[in-house]
Amino acid sequence: MDRLLNVTTGLSVILLVMVLVSVRRAHIRVEYSVSWLLAAAAMLILSRAHLLLNAVRNLIGLPDSPLTLFLLAGGVFLIMFFRFSVIVSHLRDNNIALAQRVAILEYHLQNLRNHESQEV
Amino acid sequence: MIPPNTHDSLLVIVPALNEEAAIGGVVSEIHQHVPGVPVLVIDDCSADSTIAVARQAGAEVLPMPHHLGLGGCVQAGYKLAYELGFQYVIRVDGDGQHDASDIPRVYEKLKTTGCEMVIGSRFVADNGSRTGAVRALGIRFFRLVLRPVLGKEVHDPTSGFVGVNRRALDVFRQSFPLEYPEIEALVVLQRRRFRFEEVPCKMRPRTTGRSTITALRSLYYVLHVLLGVFVNVLKFDRRYHRAQRERGAGG
Ligand SMILES: Nc1nc2c(ncn2[C@@H]2O[C@H](COP(=O)(O)OP(=O)(O)OP(=O)(O)O)[C@@H](O)[C@H]2O)c(=O)[nH]1
Ligand SMILES: [Mg+2]
Repeated sequence: MDRLLNVTTGLSVILLVMVLVSVRRAHIRVEYSVSWLLAAAAMLILSRAHLLLNAVRNLIGLPDSPLTLFLLAGGVFLIMFFRFSVIVSHLRDNNIALAQRVAILEYHLQNLRNHESQEV
Repeated sequence: MIPPNTHDSLLVIVPALNEEAAIGGVVSEIHQHVPGVPVLVIDDCSADSTIAVARQAGAEVLPMPHHLGLGGCVQAGYKLAYELGFQYVIRVDGDGQHDASDIPRVYEKLKTTGCEMVIGSRFVADNGSRTGAVRALGIRFFRLVLRPVLGKEVHDPTSGFVGVNRRALDVFRQSFPLEYPEIEALVVLQRRRFRFEEVPCKMRPRTTGRSTITALRSLYYVLHVLLGVFVNVLKFDRRYHRAQRERGAGG
């Protein structure tokens, strides 16, 4: 049981380092890294602070602590994936509107050019 | 393209993806049946020479900067048509399945009835049009689903042969479904209390290229469209009720 908690500790440390390195290298924008950092930090704290984890466990009424931790982590990541789907959808909408605008502007530009070369 | 200045100006748009084998014939057939009407081919980054063939045949071409999907392309065409001031837009498929000789009847129906959308339907009258078994089943299913939603029978809800007027253009340039747009577009219009009519049309079987609707995608198609219909019904009902409440509170 403690071994499992050690594993989650290791995992959350890896996640934390990964996110920090990615932010530093500008692979992730800061605003999108915050939720990952929070999630990793929460996982780290819960896997180390046994008293806190036990309190949460009793609150939910689950048989053991690691399971509680995994369920919590699962819930948090589910919410985050959903959030990212929302963000991606917004990006896609904007991207399509932009692409259409570019196509229409290029069309007008081409027409103007043709017009000019005809006048010359 | 010359910006139109008549009150009944028409633009024919043809969304195309890898249709080099068919697009030339489609464009010249349109020119033949509605002479003088500009044809706009909207190319979705075809890997073949669709653009060149379309230009050769005398069409205007609107190339997309990257692949947008059918709905995104049709909407781009609607946006351009609206901005240029066209009153009517008729969409025809680029694979040669629609018969351009039906365009004048769709156009007439748009003008005489004043309704927002006219669908070229292959099922209104039995005219020897053939469709695949899966496709026919899907269409029958959506007819059942759409009946109560639209409050009226629609025979061919998946038809890509669709004419719209400027009021519909104004709606569609702001919101138009991205994938499989036909059925959702109908619901979008109906929610705004717009009207549609159907005109019987011939449909030819595909002779070149490949259909984008494969058997595996059919299930995804059905789920996707059902969800789209559902979302649109909810969205507009909420907006409608809110507007009613505000009107009640104001007056
Ligand atoms: N712009 C664009 N056009 C597309 C795309 N997919 C299909 N099309 C075009 O949309 C039209 C209809 O596509 P089809 O694959 O023939 O669909 P369908 O007619 O409903 O199905 P079939 O009866 O099997 O032919 C054709 O003109 C295609 O070139 C796409 O992703 N982008
Ligand atoms: Mg087709």
